[in-house]
Amino acid sequence: MPSSTAVEASLPIQSEMDLAWVRQHVRQAAAQLGFGLVAQTKLVTAASELARNTLVHGGGGRMESAAVTRGQAHGLRLVFSDEGPGIADLDRALTDGYTSGGGLGMGLGGARRLVHEFAVDSTPGSGTKVTVVCWVTPPPRPYGGL
Amino acid sequence: MSDRLQHGVTSHVPVLRLGEVLLVTLQGDLHDSDAQQLQQDICEAVANSGVTGVVIDISGVEIVDSFLGRVLAEIAANASLLAARTVVAGMRPAVAITLVELGLTLPGLRTALTTEAAMELLTHHDPAAGRGRLSQELG
Repeated sequence: MPSSTAVEASLPIQSEMDLAWVRQHVRQAAAQLGFGLVAQTKLVTAASELARNTLVHGGGGRMESAAVTRGQAHGLRLVFSDEGPGIADLDRALTDGYTSGGGLGMGLGGARRLVHEFAVDSTPGSGTKVTVVCWVTPPPRPYGGL
Repeated sequence: MSDRLQHGVTSHVPVLRLGEVLLVTLQGDLHDSDAQQLQQDICEAVANSGVTGVVIDISGVEIVDSFLGRVLAEIAANASLLAARTVVAGMRPAVAITLVELGLTLPGLRTALTTEAAMELLTHHDPAAGRGRLSQELG
């Protein structure tokens, strides 16, 4: 089992420089956990999108990363949290092309497609928490499931 | 016959002029503000130098997220309005896979596998858009 010291972290997201630190940390943590190059690239890209959302829309926040296991599977969990205005219409925010900022509107919906598990917890007025998990090898799906 | 464009280039990205083509090499992790500065720098460099092509080498770039993807597409659109064509060269396979999954296929962006192929694309093919004098200088 890889040491968790290089994987577990709580990083501030307050500036562009912090976005670079987040990317670098996620890259190193993913490599440490044994993710392949394509999976690493997807994970770092998703983290970059979500960290930028935290900075731009949430007014700054944090990213927590941790190694997770489920049965035989192990993976990386990233939690992005802010205390910003929250997301009023989550379905709309997840729609490709919808943007409240100056971006392409691919951030949230795009990031969701790059990871195995994706959850948003947002209350207007009290912030947003986005949790994503990527498995090095995905856990087997329930028999007969999707 | 390459010379570094000194005027107006203030981002941490080297922009070289090779005949009628600007060669821009992105390396490592580019901050958002550097990417935006680069967009302005390239625009000014194209307008001032009158080059007819821009090659952006991203072989040293580990990830392209929607922000950098938008900047690349906008550079191409800017350059097009300034009578220059843009080719993005050397995208890593993992980056291509990620961009498609992200939903960012950048249909307006011309690509080449290597910088060499990008130069070839700008100098030899489609002579109408290359104003015909590229191949003489670079060929």
